[in-house]
Amino acid sequence: MKLIAFAAHTAPAEGQKDAISLANDVDPRTVPLEGVSRIDLNFPKFTDGRAFSQAFLLRRRLGFQGEIRATGDVLIDQLVQMQRSGFDVAVLREGVDASAAQRQFDRYKGFYQGDAVHVVPHFAEPASTLGPDAAAYAGELERQHSA
Amino acid sequence: MYQYTEFDKQFVRSRASQFRDQLERWQAGKLAEEEFRPLRLQNGWYVQRFAPMLRIAVPYGELNSAQLRVLATIARDYDHKEDNDLSKANPGLSDLKSLPSRCAHFTTRQNVQFNWIPLDKSADVMDLLASVNMHGIQTSGNCIRNTTSDERAGVAIDEVADPRPLAEIIRQWSTLHPEFAFLPRKFKIAITGATDDRAATAWHDVGLHVLKNEAGEIGFRVMVGGGMGRTPVVGTVIREFLPWNQILNYLEAVVRVYNRWGRRDNIYKARIKILVKAEGQRYIDEVEAEYQQILTHDGAPHTISQQELDRVSASFVVPASRVGTLPLSAMPIPTIDPADTNYPRWLARNVAPHKNPALRCVTLSFKRLGYSPGDATGEQLDIAADLADRYSAGEARVTHDQNLVLPWVRADELPALYAEAHAAGLAKANVRLLTDMIVCPGGDFCALANARSLPISEAISQRYQDLDELHDLGEIDVHMSGCINSCGHHHSAHIGILGVDKDGQEWYQVTLGGSDGSDLSGAAGAGKVVGPSFAAAEVPEVIEAVLDTYRSVRQSAGDKAETFIDTLRRVGHDPFKQAANAARTSTGRAAPQAATAA
Repeated sequence: MKLIAFAAHTAPAEGQKDAISLANDVDPRTVPLEGVSRIDLNFPKFTDGRAFSQAFLLRRRLGFQGEIRATGDVLIDQLVQMQRSGFDVAVLREGVDASAAQRQFDRYKGFYQGDAVHVVPHFAEPASTLGPDAAAYAGELERQHSA
Repeated sequence: MYQYTEFDKQFVRSRASQFRDQLERWQAGKLAEEEFRPLRLQNGWYVQRFAPMLRIAVPYGELNSAQLRVLATIARDYDHKEDNDLSKANPGLSDLKSLPSRCAHFTTRQNVQFNWIPLDKSADVMDLLASVNMHGIQTSGNCIRNTTSDERAGVAIDEVADPRPLAEIIRQWSTLHPEFAFLPRKFKIAITGATDDRAATAWHDVGLHVLKNEAGEIGFRVMVGGGMGRTPVVGTVIREFLPWNQILNYLEAVVRVYNRWGRRDNIYKARIKILVKAEGQRYIDEVEAEYQQILTHDGAPHTISQQELDRVSASFVVPASRVGTLPLSAMPIPTIDPADTNYPRWLARNVAPHKNPALRCVTLSFKRLGYSPGDATGEQLDIAADLADRYSAGEARVTHDQNLVLPWVRADELPALYAEAHAAGLAKANVRLLTDMIVCPGGDFCALANARSLPISEAISQRYQDLDELHDLGEIDVHMSGCINSCGHHHSAHIGILGVDKDGQEWYQVTLGGSDGSDLSGAAGAGKVVGPSFAAAEVPEVIEAVLDTYRSVRQSAGDKAETFIDTLRRVGHDPFKQAANAARTSTGRAAPQAATAA
């Protein structure tokens, strides 16, 4: 995920065709996306999670291939979930210390549920990732049935 | 019990390390207080009146003995009130010295809470919890909370199917869901597979009933939009039958529509119940449309494969030590004193039948004098762990009613278990009786509460210690909340008590006739307010007046007396209201009435 400092971000101009900005109560399915290469989604407060669903719909449902940029109250502790919801660029709020950002991406080996980018949930991934417990308990199940 | 895979274990450890990172950045001033707040909340760390409160997730209530022992360690080593700054103590509340510490508290949503752990020890406690695969993920905050279930899941005789494998699959799906971490409000799911609803499903944001259709296929009846608080609403059935393997795809639709359209302008109107009420069929139609899009366009990636259900179900097979015919125990069977009238009552009240006729499901009662309802000291948690190891294949369950259940007890070992539980003070024969009250921690601990709960419940319990009288009164749900947020589920009580604040003073509103949706109580619904609220000293008098009225008007069929709730429904509220109002002293009479519902 690409991080942009607040000062380096410019909001799309009024009437601009290739980049647009959506308020977070807009249904992205009602917006014409032809010729659009960048969509800014806004977090008025970081506790307002509507833009996560907007990003999911744009990326997954509408197949939008361009840039989805997170703006507004963006914190580093939300970057991973932003990326998983379909954002690929985030504008850090002014004054946010980015030094801890990379640690957030390195921390988890994987997640349970599929998301907008990695569609397949953990349980549907190849059995080799399930670990030894699954085999042990499948064996126990068999033992119970045959007892 | 579900056996955590390496992936699961690593995940919990990663979460603990992430929390430590966040705590350290906050301590170093790199993370602002208001930014740290939702992060600690999503790990279960609230800040209450005197100290942080930690809420630990217990998925569908299941605990093993190793987990109980770690909870015991936390109670003993970390839950110390003297480690906190108590200067904020409000002199109007209970004497600080009398407030319980060094103990865990069982909640109505099958979780465990601690009240006195200092925040600077929080990361250490999270590491300790992670060592037994426990955590506080999503036990607070506006996200999908811990999924709860029937305390007898997998062993109940009235069960259509064991809900635990599906509850576990839902737990995994909802854990750190990227899209649903900042919903308009909190979101609670409950699931049952039995005909008797012991999980209060109708009172949840989503209530799921596992059932079989005519073709013998397993699926869910789906209810959405139940909840208590200032607007009590019973959930609406939006799907009579959803195939079991579609539940994650369907929940995704339910929560996505809520995330997009739920109200964020007013915290009191932000729960999904308000959206469902306001939009009605439009909400249901939109969920269906979204679900169809997930199926047809998104490829339904979260359709649960039979292989995955089998994998998870394999964790929930009957424990090997409890399979087949049971030989008589090698242990000597203790003789129970024939004069101990508690024992036959304990067998009748605290011991439930089991799918396996050789086994029983036993409730350890954590409702006894001298302790707050649902509180367990470190020593008692260790004893519970020992009892679980000796008598229940190492497993216990936290109940919706704030007790612990041992689900795998051999019938021939009941006397031995009774003897040990009795010695530990955990064998009071009061399950589902008057003193088995659901009570929130109230104003003594909670920053939201308007009034105390603990001294009131203590006063009522004191008055009803006579076992003969308690059993004569029979099954009755008394629930108490310290404020309208309804953590004590007063709305669903046969007799509900709600703490309210008037001009800085504590008052208590009494409701009658609520139901949690169980067989005993009938269809879920909120109780009705008796009248103006009562002063604290009046509450036990009011309860007594209501119960005396019940005893004077109840009917008997054979040797079985009509229950309180049946009597109330037959004769109506009026005689009970009159009796309650007659118990007022002058202090309560002038108080204006507060409304239950907005």
